[in-house]
Amino acid sequence: MDTTQIADAPPPTQPPTAERKRAARGATRPGDRIFLGLSRGSGILLLVIMAAIAGFLTYRAVLAISKDDGNFLTTFEWNTGVNPPVFGIAVLAYGTIVSSIIAMLIAVPVSVAIALFLTHYAPRRLRGPIAYVIDLLAAVPSIVYGLWGALVLVPHMNGLFGWLNDYLGWTGVFAWQGGAARSMLTVGILLAIMILPIITNVSREVFRQVPQTHEEAALALGATRWEVIRMAVIPFGRSGVISASMLGLGRALGETMAVATVLSPDFLIHTSLLDPGGGTFAQNIASKFSEATEFGRDALIASGLVLFVITLLVNGAARAIIARRKEYSGANA
Amino acid sequence: MAKRIDVSGLTAYYGSHKAIEDISMTVEPRSVTAFIGPSGCGKSTFLRTLNRMHEVTSGGRVEGKVLLDDEDLYGSGIDPVSVRREVGMVFQRPNPFPTMSIFDNVAAGLRLNGNYKKNELSDIVEKSLKGANLWNEVKDRLNKPGSGLSGGQQQRLCIARAIAVEPNVLLMDEPCSALDPISTLAIEDLIGELKERFTIVIVTHNMQQAARVSDRTAFFNLSAVGQPGKLIEIDDTERIFSNPSVQATEDYISGRFG
Repeated sequence: MDTTQIADAPPPTQPPTAERKRAARGATRPGDRIFLGLSRGSGILLLVIMAAIAGFLTYRAVLAISKDDGNFLTTFEWNTGVNPPVFGIAVLAYGTIVSSIIAMLIAVPVSVAIALFLTHYAPRRLRGPIAYVIDLLAAVPSIVYGLWGALVLVPHMNGLFGWLNDYLGWTGVFAWQGGAARSMLTVGILLAIMILPIITNVSREVFRQVPQTHEEAALALGATRWEVIRMAVIPFGRSGVISASMLGLGRALGETMAVATVLSPDFLIHTSLLDPGGGTFAQNIASKFSEATEFGRDALIASGLVLFVITLLVNGAARAIIARRKEYSGANA
Repeated sequence: MAKRIDVSGLTAYYGSHKAIEDISMTVEPRSVTAFIGPSGCGKSTFLRTLNRMHEVTSGGRVEGKVLLDDEDLYGSGIDPVSVRREVGMVFQRPNPFPTMSIFDNVAAGLRLNGNYKKNELSDIVEKSLKGANLWNEVKDRLNKPGSGLSGGQQQRLCIARAIAVEPNVLLMDEPCSALDPISTLAIEDLIGELKERFTIVIVTHNMQQAARVSDRTAFFNLSAVGQPGKLIEIDDTERIFSNPSVQATEDYISGRFG
């Protein structure tokens, strides 16, 4: 058979000469040069700002930690006004991580479900309005969430807490003495509502970009709508959903006003998620900063540095997860 | 296995736009039928009505009958999902699932259909990859992603995926238009082998390809842009390319228009 007849021969591309290479790098025309400078400058500026923040935090933190009479990592106390000062971040680290985990456990599945509903199930004319309402959720200031949490959510948690205590109280994790529901679980639920919009929006954008050809491939194999989602949509969007979750987690880790308004803080680690008390880094800084001495502020900044490091670690871990399955990424389609 | 397709009075719409009108034809089992015609004449749309993929497009709607042996695909109580398990499809652009390995791509349809033991699954995957003339090229890297293959290999992977579930009919929508001549030749040889087992319908813009691979050829045309596409004639491939009974067919294949 004569195969030459089949080809609609595409015009051969010219090999790049030195001049073309320079043009591709984009530094020959004035406009290109200006844009190159601007984008390179922005990139460098970002690194400089990050380094400045890290440097500032580290300097002030070292000042404080060097005078700490307790172990900075394990002490269940925050006394910076006494001599010698005793303070540690154990309770704050525990509270920050636990409340964020609760928030993620609730928000990620719900967000992914909403995003899938909006991209694959909802009637076309409903998609816009629902997405708009979710955007509105993101626009509510966190102090308003905090007030709503304290005034509405906390009193209404009693039913749930009682139920959890009745059925799961024996585990210890869901034991409840009957105090006000200003506890880690309530904070986690509130944080879940707050990070829901960002995770939903990013996931929806990712799911919308699943190529039609992949969905059709699954359909043509006789997949139902759910099977299409399981075979083509979710695997394709997986790394995007992880990134979205990291954005949400970043907000949950650093959320300040809402947590400070809802939680009744103390410096104990409670085994029960329903016991009022505990604290988070951001909440602790916000509550203590205005009345703190110069040294007290340094101590708070030291705790802020730990939050900074935790956030970096979490992001690094997420990137590692995404990179590990890079060759199976939907971007190779 | 291979079944006869019997289409009568089929009209398909996109919303209010009538894409194809009143098409009737019969496709014999274990044969290759090629659809040719200018762009926009509705041959791909018609192909997609044969496994109920047309209605996946929003506003897609079909009137008329498609009988697979004696079963009307558009009869009441027929689940489009089960139709697509019987009528496989290969698309214009190779579309292996990028998130799956080569093995999982081929096994994807089987896993939808039921529970296979691990060794059964690998037997069928091997058989399908051999059937798609791809086994020797990929047997050492079944766990690597399918997106790492060349375009022609990816398309044969898609064919392996489609035949793994043993469909009765295999639809191919311009399967070679994104491939180089060597890969095209490989697919054409493959079609010749597959027709021993399946009823094959192929849409192509390449008339030499239609002449090479098909037993029968259907020519589609439309009277003007915006008008619905129609089936002009269907006949043995040899006759269509030597002595067609309609003047428009001769004009098209001899390159006088379209």
